[in-house]
Amino acid sequence: MSEPLVSVNDLTKHFPVTRGLVFQRKVGAVRAVDGISLHIQRGETLGLVGESGCGKTTAGRTILGLYPATSGSVLIDGQDACTAKGPEMLAIRRKAQMIFQDPYASLNPRWTVNAIVSEPLRVHGLIARERERAEKVKELLSLVGLSSRLVNRFPHEFSGGQRQRIGIARALASDPLFIVCDEPISALDVSIQAQVVNLLEDLQDRLGLTYLFIAHDLSMVRHICDRVAVMYLGVVVELAERDELYENHLHPYTRALLSAVPIPDPKKDRARQRIILSGDVPSPINPPTGCRFHPRCPIAGEECKVAEPEWREIKPGHWVACHKA
Amino acid sequence: MDATPQTDSLTSFAPDELETPPLTLGQLAWRRFRRHKMAIFGAVTLLILFLYAFGGAFILSESYANFTDTSQRLSPPSASHPFGTDTIGRDILARTIYGGQISLLIGLTAVVIETLVGIVVGALAGYYGGRVDAILMRITEAMLNIPEIFLLIVMAKFFGGKIPEVEVLGRAYSGSVIVIVVIIGLTSWMYLARIVRAEFLSLKENEFVLAARATGTSNAQIIFRHILPNSIAPIVVSATLGVANAILAEAYISFLGLGVQPPTATWGNMLDGANNYLESAPWMWFFPGLLILLTVLSINFLGDGLRDALDPRSRAV
Repeated sequence: MSEPLVSVNDLTKHFPVTRGLVFQRKVGAVRAVDGISLHIQRGETLGLVGESGCGKTTAGRTILGLYPATSGSVLIDGQDACTAKGPEMLAIRRKAQMIFQDPYASLNPRWTVNAIVSEPLRVHGLIARERERAEKVKELLSLVGLSSRLVNRFPHEFSGGQRQRIGIARALASDPLFIVCDEPISALDVSIQAQVVNLLEDLQDRLGLTYLFIAHDLSMVRHICDRVAVMYLGVVVELAERDELYENHLHPYTRALLSAVPIPDPKKDRARQRIILSGDVPSPINPPTGCRFHPRCPIAGEECKVAEPEWREIKPGHWVACHKA
Repeated sequence: MDATPQTDSLTSFAPDELETPPLTLGQLAWRRFRRHKMAIFGAVTLLILFLYAFGGAFILSESYANFTDTSQRLSPPSASHPFGTDTIGRDILARTIYGGQISLLIGLTAVVIETLVGIVVGALAGYYGGRVDAILMRITEAMLNIPEIFLLIVMAKFFGGKIPEVEVLGRAYSGSVIVIVVIIGLTSWMYLARIVRAEFLSLKENEFVLAARATGTSNAQIIFRHILPNSIAPIVVSATLGVANAILAEAYISFLGLGVQPPTATWGNMLDGANNYLESAPWMWFFPGLLILLTVLSINFLGDGLRDALDPRSRAV
């Protein structure tokens, strides 16, 4: 296998819990991301799934250096995104972009589409002349399927799907190699979701992009991703090729997650065996000892309570962290 | 899939000639501002007030404004003194003209200082948070806890007499006017700083700020180009109210003998000088009071219009 475009090594992100007004003392930490390792090849789409609050979004943001990492490293195209500063960081920002979850909050309401989409061009000094920048913006808008006549409109004049396209156009403006898609479709309604996903796939084919696709819609992930990583409480518990994961998953959490996907045929859906997990996700301030999933795991044994399971490769390309697998 | 499904219906109806005209933000704001009748009224009134104060000076001389004629004490409005005379027989019309120059200058420039300091302190505290926030906010609270009048006195003593005369628009202003502007500006920024901080605290959590950071935009650009324009509404409101406060604060300081020295007129000290003659000589407070009222009112309307014009979401274009 060739050198991966993005490699994440044992990345952790803890948010301190503090008390006090002027002199803040640390009383604990939210272990939002607690040691994840991922390698993303050029041109592939890696899905990152998990339930709400498991640290998917934090992982995506920490990978891009938007949150300072607590420990670990992230290499994007050979550059360390965790320690980079100044011009180096700017170079990484140019190569790695992000598409946000909420298309209503991610565009500045006071800016025109032209100003929003041309921001990366201005910040990175890619096109010096304003007229040429405006041309590039029009090009980008038609690339994402919006009319170039809309450049002087404001975000509130668009629908959710159109706004998400503006967000995508902004992310593409600096010619990035890698884009973190942070639940780009979960705020859109179903008919628009398909359009945006198809647009993302189409852009990947045309521009050779690499995606980290964060989502909780498992059928959409199956549609778009090449490989899928499953996260639970700040750690990755299983990682495999898409079909391998959907057909031969080994981790009990993955099994429970996949059993929740509805089948669009009522007869078959009635026969579906749902695995209902008891209890809630434990607090990431104080995660369980041993395997983090053991309090909710239907097959947990004694060793699961004490020993943290090893992250091992069961089959080529299929990694899992479970004692019972 | 074809990547342009959403625009097909649009393009088939609207030919490209109907492209949104490439208006700049300023042009758009001006269009909205023009539609705002009260704002136009405010702008025109303010212009008239400026013409009154600065143009009137070409008709009546400053020495006439300070000319004392004790035989004409407290005479009501008449043909020779249209606004009447004060306790020592000075012409109130001439005094409102020269007082207006000082009051308008103090009102507007003090607000500029107040707004700049308030925005910078509030923006830094709100945006950076943590220790920067803690330190700046404790200073702000300390300033707020000292009664304003003491701050004014201390600062007036501290700065007083250190600044030489300056000449603006062909008229010499004593250093005390500048001192007053600085003092009023430096003692009134705290409320605005807290408002701006609160705005920044909530706005910086928006995803568009994160998006700007992911783009690589610098902190200064995020503060001034992304967040500040979104918090313009409360700033404009606060600045508008600040003008009235500044004009009146000048009156307090002058009353304490630390501000603009007599015989130089200001609207504030004219109003102040009338407080023993409220019933016997109402023209003494009516004219300067009316002018202050008009100034404050027109700036309020102007501020309203500006706030709406600068908001792209407001309807009228």
